[in-house]
Amino acid sequence: MTRVLGISGSLRRDSHNTSLLRAAAEAAGPDLELELYDGLKDVPPYDEDDDVHPRPAAVDRLNAEIEAADAVLFSTPEYNSSIPGQLKNAIDWVSRPLATNALRNKPVAVVGASTGGFGAVWAQAELRKVLAALGARVLDIEIPVPHAHTRFDEGDLTDDEIRAALAAVLETLTEEVRERQEAKAVA
Amino acid sequence: MNTQILTIAPAGTWSLDPVHSSVGFEVPYLAGTFKGEFHDIGAGLTVEDERASLEGSAKVASVDVKDENLAAHLQSPDFFDAERHPELRFSADELSLDGDGNVSVGGELTIKGVTKPVTVIGTVTTPIVDAYGNDRVGLNLSATVDRTDFGVSWNNPLPSGEPSLANDVTILADLQFVKAGATD
Repeated sequence: MTRVLGISGSLRRDSHNTSLLRAAAEAAGPDLELELYDGLKDVPPYDEDDDVHPRPAAVDRLNAEIEAADAVLFSTPEYNSSIPGQLKNAIDWVSRPLATNALRNKPVAVVGASTGGFGAVWAQAELRKVLAALGARVLDIEIPVPHAHTRFDEGDLTDDEIRAALAAVLETLTEEVRERQEAKAVA
Repeated sequence: MNTQILTIAPAGTWSLDPVHSSVGFEVPYLAGTFKGEFHDIGAGLTVEDERASLEGSAKVASVDVKDENLAAHLQSPDFFDAERHPELRFSADELSLDGDGNVSVGGELTIKGVTKPVTVIGTVTTPIVDAYGNDRVGLNLSATVDRTDFGVSWNNPLPSGEPSLANDVTILADLQFVKAGATD
């Protein structure tokens, strides 16, 4: 069983990006479990003075959930051509210490939805850049979901093409996880 | 041009003296040259008649740069991807020596799981007998490769839009080989 953690960059209750991750969880095959992380709003602003032992409980929880997952699927909205501050803030916590952070070598993929016409492509690119800088194994894919308000019916994805693309991303993540486990077994 | 094949060292199996050898790289970065070294290295030199072959490897995990965060970045999929490709490897079957003692050899270099032909140039020392009665020979080799050919493509643009890190990287190997003395 491959365990994937889904992290939505949007805090809004009826977020399209959270709905996109739910759709991914439903599109997943029987050998993959996608669990949604729901603690993003609890992560405090990064402050090096607070980055001591013990770390804030919300940060510990986020770290533990990432560590327990085989892979992470991010879904990000786009705020002013980039990723939401709260998502970046949470990743900044996770990134420290850089050399041993929980995302290091972890297979990750980024998708994104926006109500505009470009489907958060710039935010997805920014997030991939940030994750690569942390040492994550970032899939070279994107799923832009433009006009997101037209693609969900009460939170349910109505676009089969996007559903198929999500399933394909999860499949690729699973392959990366398998390769990682094989590499570890050889080492 | 034909290269005259001369024996690079007396026949036999030569083993690396890793303490007195080094393998590193140099790459133009920002306004200067960035250098790193791999501490955990291995190599073997085999000479039979006029044929000499060289094999070498370096552990990515042993890269030494002056900042631990940078070292961690070099291990990551952004650069060498040490988890999946823990070693750099080189092999060359036909080391030849021209009349001036210069080495020029076509070999194969493997970085990040990608194997490409490379041309290695350098010099070889005249064999000596060391204080312990062992034969010693030194090889000083270098090769310049385009790192993006091996999938090592990280970059960050300068404010001008120019890349901060060059693609051409020079790999330098200063290797001392030892062969147990025949009279021991």
